[in-house]
Amino acid sequence: MSVLLTEKTKILVQGITGSEGSFHTHQMLEYNSNVVAGVTPGKGGQKFDEKVPVFNTVKEAALQTGANASVIFVPPPFAADAIMEAAEAGLELIVCITEGIPAKDMVSVYDYVKSRNTHLVGPNCPGVISPGIGKMGIMPAFIHQKGNVGVISRSGTLTYEAVGQLSARNIGQSTCIGIGGDPVIGTRFIDALKLFNEDDDTHAVVMIGEIGGTAEEEAAEWIKAHFKKPVVGFIAGQTAPPGRRMGHAGAIISGGQGTAADKMKAMQNAGIHVCKSPADIGKMIESVL
Amino acid sequence: MNIHEYQAKEILKKYNVPVPEGYPAFSIAEAVEAAKKLSTEVCVVKAQIHAGGRGKGGGVKIAKSKNDVKDIAKSILGMNLVTHQTGKEGKKVRKLLIEQGVDIARELYLGMVLDRVTSQYVMMASTEGGVEIEKVAAQTPEKILKVWIDPAVGMQGFQARQLAFGLGLEGKQVGNAVKFMIALYTAFVSNDCSLAEINPLVVTKAGDVLALDAKINFDDSALYRHQDIRALRDLDEEDPFELEASQNDLNYIKLDGNVGCMVNGAGLAMATMDIIKLAGGEPANFLDVGGGANVETVRNGFKIILKDPNVKAVLINIFGGIVRCDRVAQGVIEAVKSINVNVPVVIRLEGTNAKEAAVMLQESGMDFLVAENLEDAAQKVVGVLK
Repeated sequence: MSVLLTEKTKILVQGITGSEGSFHTHQMLEYNSNVVAGVTPGKGGQKFDEKVPVFNTVKEAALQTGANASVIFVPPPFAADAIMEAAEAGLELIVCITEGIPAKDMVSVYDYVKSRNTHLVGPNCPGVISPGIGKMGIMPAFIHQKGNVGVISRSGTLTYEAVGQLSARNIGQSTCIGIGGDPVIGTRFIDALKLFNEDDDTHAVVMIGEIGGTAEEEAAEWIKAHFKKPVVGFIAGQTAPPGRRMGHAGAIISGGQGTAADKMKAMQNAGIHVCKSPADIGKMIESVL
Repeated sequence: MNIHEYQAKEILKKYNVPVPEGYPAFSIAEAVEAAKKLSTEVCVVKAQIHAGGRGKGGGVKIAKSKNDVKDIAKSILGMNLVTHQTGKEGKKVRKLLIEQGVDIARELYLGMVLDRVTSQYVMMASTEGGVEIEKVAAQTPEKILKVWIDPAVGMQGFQARQLAFGLGLEGKQVGNAVKFMIALYTAFVSNDCSLAEINPLVVTKAGDVLALDAKINFDDSALYRHQDIRALRDLDEEDPFELEASQNDLNYIKLDGNVGCMVNGAGLAMATMDIIKLAGGEPANFLDVGGGANVETVRNGFKIILKDPNVKAVLINIFGGIVRCDRVAQGVIEAVKSINVNVPVVIRLEGTNAKEAAVMLQESGMDFLVAENLEDAAQKVVGVLK
């Protein structure tokens, strides 16, 4: 088994005809992901790659194809609208890859999605992959391996680094979830941990955080109280200066909050196996399995 | 994006947030003229730089009479102002704000930010105005009052009243404060701000509520829909290296160490800095070259890293996912050929076509140190410094 993206997931791609969308849809199809539909307003009736039908609206695409999940490659000014369209259509899973959505838009989106029965992952994330089943996102599929470690991360390439270390040791992954580097995101560490807690095929979890916010501290507290499996953690940005945004909109130490030291301490107190070095993630998982 | 106090106050004024009467001045003559226009004899001369703590650093002075403005402006304009936020090198003062004197009865604090825990905007008020709010938050968090704003309906009057009464305001002060807060909220959301801080928010002896100081930051992701705000950017206030990098679409932040780093992805870039430090080195910068590392980005990356005279070695760490490592290797080889790289370069390429890339680097005849993995890369780059 896996979480979020499973054998039952039927994927539609919002922004399928754009350059990003079409490139990554090819990659997803190559990995045998179950892509059943695409949506680009005004391009309904076309076929992507001569096989995936394109629709004008998400609702229509879902009705016609039974799609229950969407991956979004829509440019920032239109991405908030795209997420709400997918939520309104009743899709169970929405993965938004788009980077650079205004925070104010996401505040409204978060509120809108909260009252609907859907999981939003992202935005500004690499997406979700369940090795052997499929991927919804931009991660390089070939570095992954089917197995029993769940991965949750705020970062993109750093997640690949961690996955690379796991696969190099023949440790496979159940599902890898890139939750995104923005201040407002749909799925947080705790939401992802809850899913992994209930998944019998996930035996341990790698949690990769970074400076900024207090999501890691909240997750650590929740882990201490509820999580049944070993967790290995790493926090990027131990050397980052305060007040400077380190690439991601959410990666900033401000008002004395969000330092790597605080997060690592909270994680250690919760019994998480914290790696000081990003090179030790694979080794650490091997030792706890 | 960050702007000056005088610009923040001009924006607030447009939304009917009360601010003291004042005028920016870019020269001594303008400062004197500005003072003449003010309705009070007492004036305040304020240095305009993108950093807090200006008062303590000697960048804010009160002129007891308009005649004193000239001398005070002379002493501040052009000075190198050092505050706890500028770093030891300080910042040159190029602009002033000349304001009316205000009869202060109370100094309060008002701020607005995005609260990441609730994913809502939060307005915060405190009776501890004029001091560093971070200290208040750390030592006496109960002294900070907060209201969270429902995005569906916006800030409501009762929320502003909660804050106003919580601050101990009375009589007409309450109505003035409520109006102030609702106007500040409107200015904030209308302009996609990421932070607004009114510190101090003053209550005058006449019962008026005014923004004595104002700091506003904007969400960079939303600047595309605010061309007027983008125009307020002051390039003089930015680090020249970082400015050049941003013009080349690179995400660069200068640090104090001697190991230059070039990485794809922000998280991996931070992790690379961390492992350099763990290996006993000090990173000279944060540099994320983004998803499409090619000859052009690698070349520009090298140029910016090597402009920093402290850099004694460079570590390139690329995890090729969609990006193919052999293309990155080609980029590195061509970039090094075309510019003079006079420090050791350690390269770690992982992911798609990493093996081919390693062969290309070895066969290039150049002095690259090729690392096997992250750990090895950090050891090698710190090793060459010894």
